[in-house]
Amino acid sequence: MKIIVSVKQVPARDSNLRVASGGKWLDDSDLSYEINEPDAFALEEALQLKDAQGGEVVVVCAGPERAGSTIREALAKGADRGIHLVLPEDAVLDALSTARLLRHAVKNEAPDLILTGLQSDDLGYGQTGVVLAELLGYAHATIIMQVEVLDGALRVKRELEDGWFQYVTLPMPAVLAIQSGIKKLRYATLMGIKRAKMKPVETILAASLGLELGRAAIERVYLPARSKQSQILTGAPEQVAAQLVEKLKFEARVL
Amino acid sequence: MDDSHLSSAAHRSFVSDSFALPKFPDTIEWRTGAKMGRFAGVDYLLVDSLLSEQELLVRQTARQFVDDEVLPVVREAYNQGAFPRKLVSQLGELGFLGANLEGYGCAGMSNVEYGLIMQELERADSGVRSFVSVQGALVMYPILQYGSDAQKEKWLPRLQSGEAIGCFGLTEPDFGSNPSGMRTRAEKRNGEWLLNGEKTWITNGSVAEIAVVWARTSEGIRGFLVEKGTKGYSTSDIHGKLSMRCSVTSSLHFSDCVIPAENQLPCAKGIKAALACLSQARHGIGWGVIGAAMDCYETARTYTLTRKQFDDKPLAGHQLVQEKLVWMITEISKAQLLALHVGRLKDSGKADAAHISMLKRNNVAMALECARISRDLLGANGIMDEYPIMRHLCNLETVKTYEGTDHIHALVIGERITGIPAYR
Repeated sequence: MKIIVSVKQVPARDSNLRVASGGKWLDDSDLSYEINEPDAFALEEALQLKDAQGGEVVVVCAGPERAGSTIREALAKGADRGIHLVLPEDAVLDALSTARLLRHAVKNEAPDLILTGLQSDDLGYGQTGVVLAELLGYAHATIIMQVEVLDGALRVKRELEDGWFQYVTLPMPAVLAIQSGIKKLRYATLMGIKRAKMKPVETILAASLGLELGRAAIERVYLPARSKQSQILTGAPEQVAAQLVEKLKFEARVL
Repeated sequence: MDDSHLSSAAHRSFVSDSFALPKFPDTIEWRTGAKMGRFAGVDYLLVDSLLSEQELLVRQTARQFVDDEVLPVVREAYNQGAFPRKLVSQLGELGFLGANLEGYGCAGMSNVEYGLIMQELERADSGVRSFVSVQGALVMYPILQYGSDAQKEKWLPRLQSGEAIGCFGLTEPDFGSNPSGMRTRAEKRNGEWLLNGEKTWITNGSVAEIAVVWARTSEGIRGFLVEKGTKGYSTSDIHGKLSMRCSVTSSLHFSDCVIPAENQLPCAKGIKAALACLSQARHGIGWGVIGAAMDCYETARTYTLTRKQFDDKPLAGHQLVQEKLVWMITEISKAQLLALHVGRLKDSGKADAAHISMLKRNNVAMALECARISRDLLGANGIMDEYPIMRHLCNLETVKTYEGTDHIHALVIGERITGIPAYR
């Protein structure tokens, strides 16, 4: 089974996240980066499928030079080789452009399965995997919690809202957008880190592909405004209680 | 059930076979639990910019492992005075045992990478780091350096995986800082060695399958591999420790203990061979204690930002508190640079024992002072086990003494700069 895992490098959630002076992105002077969390679970799912079924795991990443470290981390965890679509440091692509780039890397690979995280922790489009599947003409399903390989097909468990799950069977090749938290992530062992140095990474300059890459522009990045509101409910206790429940359900959404 | 929203193209044969509503998603723990309280690192001077991508990845593995697996168990282990044995096989799988050695399943990491692992482990607890230090630097290193091929093949893979635990017997009841005065003797009889004597303050002693033991012979000091169960070899644990409670400390007793000739380390000649092992371990300690200091500093910084006194102002907003935090971050930053520099020297073969003495002495004293200051800043909470401070503080009192006391390292440096040995 040949599995492609598409990963993204994003600012680490534990690093010092400050809005840059221009107000368009984060101040990257002491920013550290990490693999997008849902993508880490996509990689884990791919590696477990490989452990069970055999085959190859190829990790694909569209990102600037520094994103190479995320590819090598995936190789250290057990992926077999990498493809790096190198973008300029300041590139911000929309989901369609990223999917077009990824399709270019994937189209000659003829994979059985493409796994990716259901969304990125920085831009959070939640579209790239689905658009990639449409461009390739592959079946796709999102918010996947479990993957079972049947004879030439997949049975997957999707997470719906309110704790509902859905089981879907779909043919291969397919693109699955993986939910975070579905498995325990493995560590990059020291031997794995050492072996990763010998594994091939193909680098492709995105600009050299002649693809039409529509550029999204970020107008403004800002912290959510914090506001405090107090409301005093008056009336008979049973009415007040009913109002309170109503507000907790539909305004505060905590019930 | 309607699943038409799933089928965006008619030729795709989607089948939605079932829906299910469980009581609770069974995976919630990994989603929320694993990321809680992740350590973000302490890096005031951007020392990370001096580290390679691989060094950062090694540290990331160690950091995540410590957050996920070690921190959740150390408090209880310390209180119980129990060594968290379940960590051993995981430490082995990750490659942390003998990480900077080459061959026999070892990962051949650099000394800087090894140091970063020690730093993360000691961020959790000095006792856990001590276990790894002893296994790698004091047991695997001498076997690799001084052992026969048969000894290496028999022991190194098992020690690397954590299947076997080792200990290092040098210190004696009457000979601590002056190991060359040791009384343990090995005599040759009928082609075998007869070992008599006592070793004490031995980390991992009673849990070890193999002990690297140093003894006086007619040819000088030699090293021996003593296997658990050898007749005449027994161990007893040292109880009543108020420090290093996660780590096993024992005495080793040898009474007409018969050691086969092939268990002598053939290339270990003189006290120098034993001291070379200590240099390996001390280098790791110089890195490790930075982790303990970081944990103390970060705990105190967060605590003083949260707790308010006088006019509803965080403690961290008071001048005396800021001065203490600043002292700590400055000393930690200097310690990081010292460790990194000595680590790089060691990687290029230029570090000698006197360099490592400065690293060990300075960084342990720095970490101990950070623990004391942090204890102070946490007020009464500083003595409680829900914060790591008192545990680090007690542990670091041991670290100041073991592997060459603070005083002895001062004298090593003193001899280097004056040419006059002042030990006696």
